[in-house]
Amino acid sequence: MSKSVADLKPGEYGTIKGFLDNIISLKLMEMGCLPGVKVKMNFSAPLGDPVAIDVAGYNLSLRTSEASNILIE
Amino acid sequence: MTKKKSVKVALIGNPNSGKSSLFNHLTGLNQKVGNFPGVTVDKKTGICKISEDLRADVIDLPGTYSLYPRSIDERVVLDILINKNSKDYPDVIVVIADAANLKRNLLLFSQVIDLGLPTVLALNMLDVSINLGQKVKPVEIARDLNIPVVSINARNGDGVNLLKRAIEQVEQPRKEFIDVLEFASEVIADVKFAFHIDNNYEALLIAQQGRFSDFFSDEEKKKIFDINAKNKFNHEFIQSKEILARYEKIDKLVRHSVEYNVNKNKNLTERIDKLLTHKVFGYLIFFAILFLIFQSIFTWANYPMDLIDGTFANISQWLKNVLPEGILSDLFTEGIIPGIGGIVIFIPQIAILFAFISILEESGYMSRVVFLMDKIMRKFGLNGKSVVPLISGVACAIPAIMATRTISNWKERLITIFVTPFMSCSARLPVYTILIALVVPETMLFGFLSMQAVALMGLYLLGFIMAILSAWILKFIVKIEEKSYFIMELPLYKFPRWKHVGLTIYEKSRTFVVEAGKIILAISIILWVLASFPKKGMDEAATTLSAQLKMDSHSERDFQKRMDAVRLENSYAGMFGKTIEPIIKPLGYDWKIGIALITSFAAREVFVGTMATIYSIGSDDADDITIKSRMKAEINPDTGGPRYTPAVAFSLLIFYAFAMQCMSTLAIVYRETKHWKYPLLQLIYMSGLAYLFSFMVFQILK
Repeated sequence: MSKSVADLKPGEYGTIKGFLDNIISLKLMEMGCLPGVKVKMNFSAPLGDPVAIDVAGYNLSLRTSEASNILIE
Repeated sequence: MTKKKSVKVALIGNPNSGKSSLFNHLTGLNQKVGNFPGVTVDKKTGICKISEDLRADVIDLPGTYSLYPRSIDERVVLDILINKNSKDYPDVIVVIADAANLKRNLLLFSQVIDLGLPTVLALNMLDVSINLGQKVKPVEIARDLNIPVVSINARNGDGVNLLKRAIEQVEQPRKEFIDVLEFASEVIADVKFAFHIDNNYEALLIAQQGRFSDFFSDEEKKKIFDINAKNKFNHEFIQSKEILARYEKIDKLVRHSVEYNVNKNKNLTERIDKLLTHKVFGYLIFFAILFLIFQSIFTWANYPMDLIDGTFANISQWLKNVLPEGILSDLFTEGIIPGIGGIVIFIPQIAILFAFISILEESGYMSRVVFLMDKIMRKFGLNGKSVVPLISGVACAIPAIMATRTISNWKERLITIFVTPFMSCSARLPVYTILIALVVPETMLFGFLSMQAVALMGLYLLGFIMAILSAWILKFIVKIEEKSYFIMELPLYKFPRWKHVGLTIYEKSRTFVVEAGKIILAISIILWVLASFPKKGMDEAATTLSAQLKMDSHSERDFQKRMDAVRLENSYAGMFGKTIEPIIKPLGYDWKIGIALITSFAAREVFVGTMATIYSIGSDDADDITIKSRMKAEINPDTGGPRYTPAVAFSLLIFYAFAMQCMSTLAIVYRETKHWKYPLLQLIYMSGLAYLFSFMVFQILK
């Protein structure tokens, strides 16, 4: 199974290569999560969910269920 | 005299791009809030003088990241731009973009220019972007796209005059940003033909989103459906192709209009976030802020509230003296003036609460609260964004329910609306205070915790627990299948703009006065009628009593009080109270409390005033102490003991904590859900629950 943004630990980087869910992918792409873009896991909420990632120069927060749809390499 | 021309200008931009600040700079206080037709999304419009002979009607559209909407707020933007018949359809569009997040902001901009309307790009926060190590060159963007680009600073208004010049001179874009015909030429051609449209992108948006737009008739929606079916139109695939194509072009554009420096300086926000989203400190700080908010609502607000209370009592008294005696005078002094007073008295608490909320939102902290609370709230069928309405509910459920609009998932929003009135609003406070003072001793726990304060906090907690539990139950009952999104920007921390905070306070207070005010006023008048008629029966009872009382020697004031009480007993309100007495008897209440329950439907705090009247306390000394002592002395004829035993008082407290007794809230729930089903269910559920728990409390403590 390939790695997703949800698998990143705080401070780790990854490059987006695709999405698992079509509809969420549209929202994510609009927000700048595009294939080929580098993301950094910033921090997660105290209860482990949601998480905040650094993408396209800003801080985006999303639930781990959403983050697990973003495949990275 | 030259005739002034006017243009309609729409402001469009991402959330957090400074759109509202720009709107305030353009229009000043010349703004008004209305509704978009059919939806309850606030529509802010204002007038701006562009030049000596040009006036702009500016409309501030809800913040959105894209023309493909995710919530009802965002849908408004699309619905206006693809509906030429809309009276808000703009002549000129100003897209405001956050230069520090240029790429993402340009996505929306690129969609807007493809609609072919005259468009100006207002680049905001260039200073922030320089601090982040990016130098954006507006001239390059303007030259590349052949579109006017103005650098502005929405915080202090720099560049707003240049923007006005640009609005005056702007023309239609010469070329499209991307050629959407490449993705779906047949569908676009068919929609253009069927709907008589010239613009390609407008046609594509209709194919993509038209089926959700209320302004299209069913027949038109069928047309869209048929066109899509005939061409095997794949919504998601085409949309993703569009986004990718736009970003590809944006990348090229940004490559030579932005210079990147190595020195990156996002440290401040990162460092603050380390603290504010910390496992322990994050929650501690959040609860400390909550505590501060509650503390200020309940202490600071007291001074202006007392002042308002006194002022309205004086006005009533003054009118009573100057107006000729009669029904009209009574209507004013006992119905209308106290009714208006009952509305105005809540303004201080609402203003203070929204000062806090707006500061938290402006600074960027509110998104962190949403971030911190999302997982917990989701367990109960709510959303991180439900936190704001639940907090606001402590002041008043009306602005709180309106604050649920940011929740894009309908199920989560509906549940939030449904449970918010359980939060103890400020109207319950006077009721709590007087009943607690009546039965809870003033002793200190451990020498420093006041028992009465603990009881009060317990009631607030109880309301919150019931809200959360109800939400959890509703999670399983409400059958709406819709994906819940969280995806949300955590903006950089900023210093709040005080002018903006002031406008929010003004706006929320105004909305409350208008929305709740008209209902509270109407009910106050109805209640006055119920308590003042039928004149004949009331007069007869009074005459009988006065004949009786003449025998004994009574002071004049005491005489007057007993006369008032017997009049109320024989009024319609008294009759209602007696009618419902069998129903409320198991809760420990008599017909007098019944009257108070009925009158509380205007606003719960009316309870105290009603008690004052029922227990015949003259309006000149209507302070708690007298009401309290009078209530304390009230005897229950069945038992011979006091009427307000702890059992009765606690049963009443529980009743006021849970029951839906606010007509204004029901009206607002109807407005927000567009269905009578929801306020009705809310009324039955909350009041049923209140009855059940009050019954249990009374029977156990009795």
